[in-house]
Amino acid sequence: MRTDIVIKAESLTKKFGAFTAVDNISFEVYKGEIFGFLGANGAGKTTAMRMLCGLSIPSSGEANIARFDVYKETEKIKSSIGYMSQKFSLYEDLTIVENINFFGGIYGLSDAELKEQSNILIERLGLKINANKLVGELPLGWKQKLAFSVAIIHKPSIVFLDEPTGGVDPITRRQFWDLIYEAAENGITVFVTTHYMDEAEYCNRVSMMVDGKIAALDSPSNLKREYNAETMDEVFYILARQAKRQSD
Amino acid sequence: MQDVIVQNISKSFDDGKVQALDDISFSVEKGELFGLIGPDGAGKTTLFRILTTLLLADCGTASVNDSKVINDYKEIRSKVGYMPGKFSLYQDLTVEENLNFFASIFKTSIKENYSLIEDIYVQLEPFKNRRAGKLSGGMKQKLALCCALIHRPKVLFLDEPTTGVDTVSRKEFWEMLKRLKKEGITILVSTPYMDEANLCERIALIQKGKILSIDTPQKITEKYPDKLFAIKSDNMSGLLKELKKNDKIKSAFSFGEYHHISFNEEYKADHLDSGFLNSDDFKKIEIKSIMPTVEDCFIHLMSIEENYEN
Repeated sequence: MRTDIVIKAESLTKKFGAFTAVDNISFEVYKGEIFGFLGANGAGKTTAMRMLCGLSIPSSGEANIARFDVYKETEKIKSSIGYMSQKFSLYEDLTIVENINFFGGIYGLSDAELKEQSNILIERLGLKINANKLVGELPLGWKQKLAFSVAIIHKPSIVFLDEPTGGVDPITRRQFWDLIYEAAENGITVFVTTHYMDEAEYCNRVSMMVDGKIAALDSPSNLKREYNAETMDEVFYILARQAKRQSD
Repeated sequence: MQDVIVQNISKSFDDGKVQALDDISFSVEKGELFGLIGPDGAGKTTLFRILTTLLLADCGTASVNDSKVINDYKEIRSKVGYMPGKFSLYQDLTVEENLNFFASIFKTSIKENYSLIEDIYVQLEPFKNRRAGKLSGGMKQKLALCCALIHRPKVLFLDEPTTGVDTVSRKEFWEMLKRLKKEGITILVSTPYMDEANLCERIALIQKGKILSIDTPQKITEKYPDKLFAIKSDNMSGLLKELKKNDKIKSAFSFGEYHHISFNEEYKADHLDSGFLNSDDFKKIEIKSIMPTVEDCFIHLMSIEENYEN
């Protein structure tokens, strides 16, 4: 697994005028890995993620996502990744089936594939009786599980999850992580941000951004050893406190 | 003395299709730091809006600082501070303008109650001429708190002040609340983060419009009915699957580095070994007895309520 690199960033930088939001970050993410991307508010996570998703052109540095270049091949990047966030997930006034067809269609699935995938997905999530319900009527936990399944409907090589479990109840939060593990076992690389530090423990490796730089990157157990901390929460606290720049 | 009294409050939306609050009763003592802990959709915001007189309950009664939410709504509005979950200040006014605006509405001035907000405002001062819409999340949160405090309220309602905020800013925010508590202000705060429950004096665990449990965090965790253990191995996701299939196991949930498990009654789990596992595939097994957290209790109570299958 270590040999197969799906995200490679080299001195990646993004400046907005005089402000360096992302400052020279270099790292690699491997196929099938669950990679936690942590950092305080304003540390540069969102900006970095936007570059990795092909939504924002870097100021300097290199990066390849699924072997595609972040400068020249942004459209190819977009079709080989999935994305979901807490804020925008699905269309609330479309039904479950309509959402699946809409997003699957955008990702270029054929009618036959759409039908097959939508059946598998609805079956697996146990949503059969609700298939023609509006997404807006579903509880938040179901919406998030559905949104994740839709984000990987085209079998992308990487899925980016931006705080996917914010505000979700503790049981659903864990069911959501079952889905993440399952996706990773199927070879999908998971790139995830979260404010729940117990979830950082579920990642294979975790990076911590401080002031636009990657201040630490390792497995949770190695990070805890290195910073002599009991929990990832402590590791986060030790690192984030070093931040000098104001979060604005 | 009870500063907030809620009696049999119910509220539904969409012609009764959504039961946001289902016969809720509780009270909060004067000067208490009280937490409403629950996920999105539990009814926390609806309850706050009823108590701040912004929404009428379908039935039930409530009072805040000896004023009734319906008859005395004007008094309540002048006595409470309310920080909604959604940032609701004027985005195109500066920090200072927002604060002045809210002070003047309550017929007071920044100067008059400055001592109350000083700790927080000094951090905002470098940005006082910046528009509120251009502030970072953490700074917006601090400004909103200042605006909710500027008239020195008797009761403060904070709706998810730490949602989406990183753990460092969250810690700072709770430090601010402790200082405010010393000023004698009654504080009701809601949060979806179970780990923040321990920072409150008393908490109500709330889910789907119902209170699952209400007590001090310590008493709530003491009420957990089973012996709880933490287990880890070299293969955590495989271990969880095995635990969920294992007929000796009553419950198994992941908790960061460990899985938390309880055993069925017939299995005496006093001796801490891994003999109950039906597989030899797991290496480096570590198992220890632990105290339940508020999150363990929430999961347990939620499971009873909803008959969740493990």
